[in-house]
Amino acid sequence: MAKLNSYRTGPDETGHFGIFGGQFVAETLMPLILELDAAYEASKKDPEFAKELSGLLKNFVGRESPLYFAERLTEHYGGAKIYLKREDLNHTGAHKINNCMGQILLARRMGKKRIIAETGAGQHGVATATVAARFGLECAIYMGETDIERQKPNVFRMKLLGADVIPVKSGARTLKDAMNEALRDWVTNVDDTFYIIGTVAGPHPYPELVRDFQCVIGEETRRQIMEAEGRLPDTLLACIGGGSNAMGLFHPFLDDEKVEIIGVEAAGHGIDTDKHAASLKGGRPGVLHGNRTYLLQDDDGQILEAHSISAGLDYPGIGPEHSWLNDIGRVKYVNATDAEALDAFQLCCKLEGIIPALESAHALAYLEKLAPDLPKDHIIVINLSGRGDKDIFTVADALGVEL
Amino acid sequence: MSDTRIDRRFKALKAEGRAAFVTYVMAGDPNYDAALEIVKGLPGAGADIIEVGLPFTDPMADGPAIQQAGLRALAGGMTLKKTLKLISEFRQDDNDTPIVLMGYYNPIYSYGVDQFLTDATSAGVDGLIVVDLPSEEDKELCLPAREAGLNFIRLATPTTDDKRLPKVLANSSGFLYYVSIAGTTGAAAPKASDVATALTRIRKTTDLPIAVGFGLRTGAQAAEIAKIADGAVVGTALVEQVALGSNDKDSVNRVLELAREISAGIRSVKKT
Repeated sequence: MAKLNSYRTGPDETGHFGIFGGQFVAETLMPLILELDAAYEASKKDPEFAKELSGLLKNFVGRESPLYFAERLTEHYGGAKIYLKREDLNHTGAHKINNCMGQILLARRMGKKRIIAETGAGQHGVATATVAARFGLECAIYMGETDIERQKPNVFRMKLLGADVIPVKSGARTLKDAMNEALRDWVTNVDDTFYIIGTVAGPHPYPELVRDFQCVIGEETRRQIMEAEGRLPDTLLACIGGGSNAMGLFHPFLDDEKVEIIGVEAAGHGIDTDKHAASLKGGRPGVLHGNRTYLLQDDDGQILEAHSISAGLDYPGIGPEHSWLNDIGRVKYVNATDAEALDAFQLCCKLEGIIPALESAHALAYLEKLAPDLPKDHIIVINLSGRGDKDIFTVADALGVEL
Repeated sequence: MSDTRIDRRFKALKAEGRAAFVTYVMAGDPNYDAALEIVKGLPGAGADIIEVGLPFTDPMADGPAIQQAGLRALAGGMTLKKTLKLISEFRQDDNDTPIVLMGYYNPIYSYGVDQFLTDATSAGVDGLIVVDLPSEEDKELCLPAREAGLNFIRLATPTTDDKRLPKVLANSSGFLYYVSIAGTTGAAAPKASDVATALTRIRKTTDLPIAVGFGLRTGAQAAEIAKIADGAVVGTALVEQVALGSNDKDSVNRVLELAREISAGIRSVKKT
């Protein structure tokens, strides 16, 4: 492939990143998606939209989030200097709200009265329920029964926020199935409903608009690291399920070719087993949920169930822009197992006084392989995408502790 | 204008003065042999066109009945390859009844579009309905399928307005499948008067036959639609009969029994 002038110009006018992306949805939804695309394009040109969004991000979400020098983790590994981008400190405890705030403002501009969303770990569900409550819109959250069981605190949070949490009983009853059900709801309630997709996936324009709303992470990081160190970081590290926290951090740095960028997929019990969620390393391109991307699938093109200890990474696909960045080699994608994530989770608690989300713990887990051998002036920024209060039951269970 | 079994069938029915009875069943549900028996029995039970469902793990536009049917088929080891085999076995005894393969894109993409078109054509498939390929994605399969001599049948829905309709129709052929309600398969039945209004609007843009589906369960409902449309599609109600059967034989009988009832309803409506 010829070298690109910029890695930041995608998607093309048909919604593709190379061969990935696109608009693979039922005809019923096409007019809605085209309407959304038009509304999004209009919002980009409207300074009032940007002003309203940045006001809410500052005063409601609590941005900007700190870029924190993790002194004791740095000391522990004895190599590179480690910074944490503290998305866990956002209102609702994760990066998800950045996107939800953007999308709910779009929904309001489009005159929609009802919000739906899918959720895995419940972070996106909580963030969606939060913005729906803030703006007084009806809200239904689809969540797999398996995830409802392992994320009880978030289920109750959503209910307190006034959302209707609808258990999904199909398939493995996790994120993929919740997304199917949300799409079925949308097909049925086309007139008044806005679907807030939680990650950089789905039919165009979702991968683009979710990315744009999450780019605040990377933009702040650029500014903050310049203030702290007077230069850009050497390495960026983030976990990837659908990949929205990673894309938000990575995208503003894609054209800085000296910045090494690493995404960490969930390897579950190991990518050589059938229990993992590493779509890029264990899957191949296919079409699901409105886009072409790397998918876990069998020889017949049937979608396989993913597995990860982290509900938020438990998805057999990945955002299409990540698939493209993988294929052109701009971003390096690696993985971490359940066990490695659990170790990193505990280490972060003990050394930094921060309980990270199990999702984010996958990114932390890769430090073990990366940080020790790097020189002390090498700067790594990790996206600490969420806090782990929601995960304490899962972690206790995995450690054999009874609460 | 293409000349496929589908085109010939609609032409013949028009001459006969009645609407087509379009049936949908899932390949491999409850298992390969029983599904083959169902498909083989449908023309005798009055089906004019058979849509054969290609099972997929994540049918995002289908309601619970067809979701379950697909999962039953997959649990029994059904694949795209076996679905084509089932159609070719059907073709050994029936060279006239049109077969439309209906499903989602990923199994076809995974199989390889060129290989799929070669194998589908030689199996005796006449048309394709691929739910998650809107006209925006015509290059994927619609245009190559047309090149291979297959009808690519498109869905129009209540959200398909006059501005969008020409785009939907652009590369489609065979017939237009009008989805009478915004929703998943098997949802509530549409109001015939709403459907009539929609059909009048759509006919201003196309001469393609229009089959109407989603929510039709009985002979009486199908008859209502047969008065105004060129075809009535029944899927969920037939698929439900498979699940209700106490054994394979019972499932086959139940499906064909209901097909006969609905067919009688459609045949009771004569058009001049």
